Amino acid sequence: MSEQTFEPGSQAAPTAVAPRSSSPLLTVEGLAKHFPVKQGAFGTKALVRAVDGVDFSVDRGETLGLVGESGCGKTTTGRMVVKLLEATAGKIVFEGRDITRFNRSQMRALRHDLQIIFQDPYSSLNPRHTVGKIVAMPLQVNGINPPGGVKKRVQELLETVGLNPEHYNRYPHEFSGGQRQRIGIARALALRPKLIVADEPVSALDVSIQAQVINLLRDLQREFDLAFVFIAHDLAVVRHFCQRIGVMYLGKMVEIGDRHQIYEEPAHPYTRALLSAVPDVTKIGEKGRERIRLEGDVPTPLNPPSGCRFRTRCWKAQPKCAEVEPPLLQIGTGQQVACHFPETGPIA
Amino acid sequence: MARYLIRRILLAVLTMFAVSIVTFLLFFAVPTSPAYVMCGKQCDAHAIAQTEHRLGLDEPTYVQYGQFMKGMVAGRTYGTGDLAVKCPAPCLGFSFRTNEPVTDIIKRTVPVTVSIVVGALVIQTVLGVGLGMISALKRGSVFDKTAVGVSLVGASMQIYFFGPILLLIFVYSLHVLPNPGYTSPFDNPGQWFTQLLLPWATLGFLNSAIYARLSRAQMLETLSEDFVRTARAKGLPKRKVYARHALRAAITPIVTIAGLDLGGALGGAVITETVFGVNGLGRTAVQAVNDLNLPVVMGTVLLAAFFIIVMNIIVDVLYSVIDPRVRLG
Amino acid sequence: MTATASSAATSEVQDDRPYLEVDDLRVQFKTEDGIVRAVDGISFKLERGRTLGIVGESGSGKSVTSLTVLGLHNMARTRVTGSVRVNGREIVGLDEEKVRRMRGRDMAMIFQDPLSALHPYYTIGRQIAEAYLVHHPGQKAKAKRRAIEMLDRVGIPQPQRRYDSYPHEFSGGMRQRAMIAMALVNDPSLLIADEPTTALDVTVQAQILDLLDDLQREFNSAIIMITHDLGVVSRVANDVMVMYGGHAIEFGSVDQVLTEPQHPYTWGLLQSVPSLRGNAEDDLDPIPGSPPSLINLPSGCAFHPRCAYRMIGGGPCDLEVPELLPTAQEGHVVACHLPENERRRIFAEEIKLGAE
Repeated sequence: MSEQTFEPGSQAAPTAVAPRSSSPLLTVEGLAKHFPVKQGAFGTKALVRAVDGVDFSVDRGETLGLVGESGCGKTTTGRMVVKLLEATAGKIVFEGRDITRFNRSQMRALRHDLQIIFQDPYSSLNPRHTVGKIVAMPLQVNGINPPGGVKKRVQELLETVGLNPEHYNRYPHEFSGGQRQRIGIARALALRPKLIVADEPVSALDVSIQAQVINLLRDLQREFDLAFVFIAHDLAVVRHFCQRIGVMYLGKMVEIGDRHQIYEEPAHPYTRALLSAVPDVTKIGEKGRERIRLEGDVPTPLNPPSGCRFRTRCWKAQPKCAEVEPPLLQIGTGQQVACHFPETGPIA
Repeated sequence: MARYLIRRILLAVLTMFAVSIVTFLLFFAVPTSPAYVMCGKQCDAHAIAQTEHRLGLDEPTYVQYGQFMKGMVAGRTYGTGDLAVKCPAPCLGFSFRTNEPVTDIIKRTVPVTVSIVVGALVIQTVLGVGLGMISALKRGSVFDKTAVGVSLVGASMQIYFFGPILLLIFVYSLHVLPNPGYTSPFDNPGQWFTQLLLPWATLGFLNSAIYARLSRAQMLETLSEDFVRTARAKGLPKRKVYARHALRAAITPIVTIAGLDLGGALGGAVITETVFGVNGLGRTAVQAVNDLNLPVVMGTVLLAAFFIIVMNIIVDVLYSVIDPRVRLG
Repeated sequence: MTATASSAATSEVQDDRPYLEVDDLRVQFKTEDGIVRAVDGISFKLERGRTLGIVGESGSGKSVTSLTVLGLHNMARTRVTGSVRVNGREIVGLDEEKVRRMRGRDMAMIFQDPLSALHPYYTIGRQIAEAYLVHHPGQKAKAKRRAIEMLDRVGIPQPQRRYDSYPHEFSGGMRQRAMIAMALVNDPSLLIADEPTTALDVTVQAQILDLLDDLQREFNSAIIMITHDLGVVSRVANDVMVMYGGHAIEFGSVDQVLTEPQHPYTWGLLQSVPSLRGNAEDDLDPIPGSPPSLINLPSGCAFHPRCAYRMIGGGPCDLEVPELLPTAQEGHVVACHLPENERRRIFAEEIKLGAE
């Protein structure tokens, strides 16, 4: 495999953009995760570059969406941020402290502020524990005794997420999928975190339930001034929930910007292709509309294309794209794109 | 694949090495000297010392271990002069109690154990897996319910109870079968068969119960798989859906378990051999431990470890042959 | 009662009858908790060359309907009544062996998760060839040729080489293409696709939907697209049936159902789906509550406990099951007790404005 000469994230240094606020809640610089795998008849070691140098920041109370197709590294990024995975390279700074190499006990203190919600509301709750116990767990693990007692606090939390506080003693299997996801949210809220990483929190739910949970998350975000890293493949859901959106492709951030920039005037061809591919009810009657058709699949992260990783599927690719990796550059206030030939203007 | 095998074999040799060291050390942790056990009634300190010297037990443990390993590789001669006995490589030691090289004992007992275990394996796979599969296909039927009930009883039954009962009925009362024992199938296949029928039946039936339950569960799980539905949606007849699509997937874990079971059992079917009074590897090993007969203990333990390791490798290779998703490496 | 606009392509239709006619289909399962009325009296027709989208949440009966058309239920525990006619032939009550011979040849199916729907131990090519051989016994060489041809047709590069690949060696999109190749190897006139793109990424989803479009045009097949995704329906369907609690509650052309829906549940679905357009700051308008249990369906209209527009004070909503009745627009039928002019008014004044 061709060894690239740059260190993950290093190319971003000269173009690094001044943070939008003086002290963002979370800053991620050059974050990378490489998984070693054995390959071929001789068991030669290869690296899956799941995340390969990603920079972004999240302000207090801000919602950042991470979108991209499977294998783009969005979930791995989320897990590194909450330290469920150890980063191979790069830096994670939370409230001004570098937490990249925090150990277990240091992380325990940080759990107050940093929580995660998972996709599967079925497997992420212990079936043998009552809802009360599940939601109380973060409090007890951290030895917190809130005023009025743990039970009162848990019941408040259940009420906050729209569950009946009297269901304190029930077990997860007695709840529907949407209600279980609410339990997971209540658990994440128990310590009053400042940042929640939500990994596909609504994709396992029915449409009508999905909307309920999105509304709940929006209410909570406003009420508690929570910051979110919201990971999802559904672009419409992300548009609805997130103020800023990062688009990832094969372990790289290819574009980042606010809602209007990403959904109305995206600059990266990949962002445009993604949006174009979404079948949307409101597009009905526009059947003749030109869609961008991407050919083929996402290449393997074991051996990503040289230069721009999207070039193998990009209709605008030039020889330069194979030679030089485009850095993530500022093109407008808050909008950054990694493309040699970015698009301009609103989408058709 | 070749690379994988070489690695596994090297690892196996290393494991065997470790097993031999552990066995050696454990043996010397026993407070009673083997010489004491051997020298009988008129035993005094002098006689014990003499015996210990004769057996080489007065040497430090590491020297004894070194001699043992040397014997494995190059062979060894025990005693001196006219009494000298040659023990050719791979020499696993010499049993002074029975006055023969350990390899001879193993050569004599392995066919017994292999006969018992393989015969039982045939019964338990044919009967157990067959019953389990049919049970799953006829889920909820009278057949299924009966099979589940019988296999539950079978799975909770013990050889030392079931075996003697069969002995009582077929040997002592009905006289339809000879007393169990071992005759080489190359000398007298008929007698080999009739003598081993009861051990086979006992071990085979009881293991069938476990295999039936396992196979039924596996098959039921496979039948609910999406690819079985796809096979039906193609218009395949039920027979082919079951035989070609469901069975092959359901049988894979059973092959694995059967292989590992076999590896374990080849080291000695202790209870079956004891119940039926057949001198296989297992019974010999237990006897040797009681006698503190180190060379025989070493030999049988190493052989058992060898069987388990080899079957593990075979199962892993077999698995990669059956399931294309499994890559050895 | 569920008249479909006649198809433009009529060349291959032998007579005037639609290829698939389902009439008052009811499917019940016996379970330990009671009888599950998975499908409770649905009727529709589907002509060749056209696509019917069946929309609903989990437990609405949409997947059961499709499995019944293929006769894929465990008949020991399932009771099926009503009528399912494929190419004029009644499936309900037909001998299992005769239904089997039709499966894969007259009607075929593709499933949501192609990784679990393909056998992990057999090569892709062999599985496709097997589907051909079932209906063309003995023609082994032809089956292989045909499998490679189909792999090529569904856009798999190097089909000769890929014939010998195993499912796990394919990407998700490739696997779904292979599934489609397998389903179409016998030129069935009816293809049932059960959430075929739910497990795929959007760009791959677009490829698969395009492929189905192309194949439909080429083979003039009838397609049933089962999905929970209204976007997918709007993209591929000619007609749409919305299901809730085992009932069809609205049926019509895709324009009728998605741009002028008359059932409160359809409104709810449309309002709860986030869109790429409109004001993203607005809250979504979800349907309260959860989909009902099929064992213990609410009385009257199954949707009434979640319905914001149910008639106040002793209306028929919680007493009578509403019938699927025609509206002023031809082909558009709705099962709701609200009078049609009231439904039109509510949609125009309260729903449509909120949507955009």
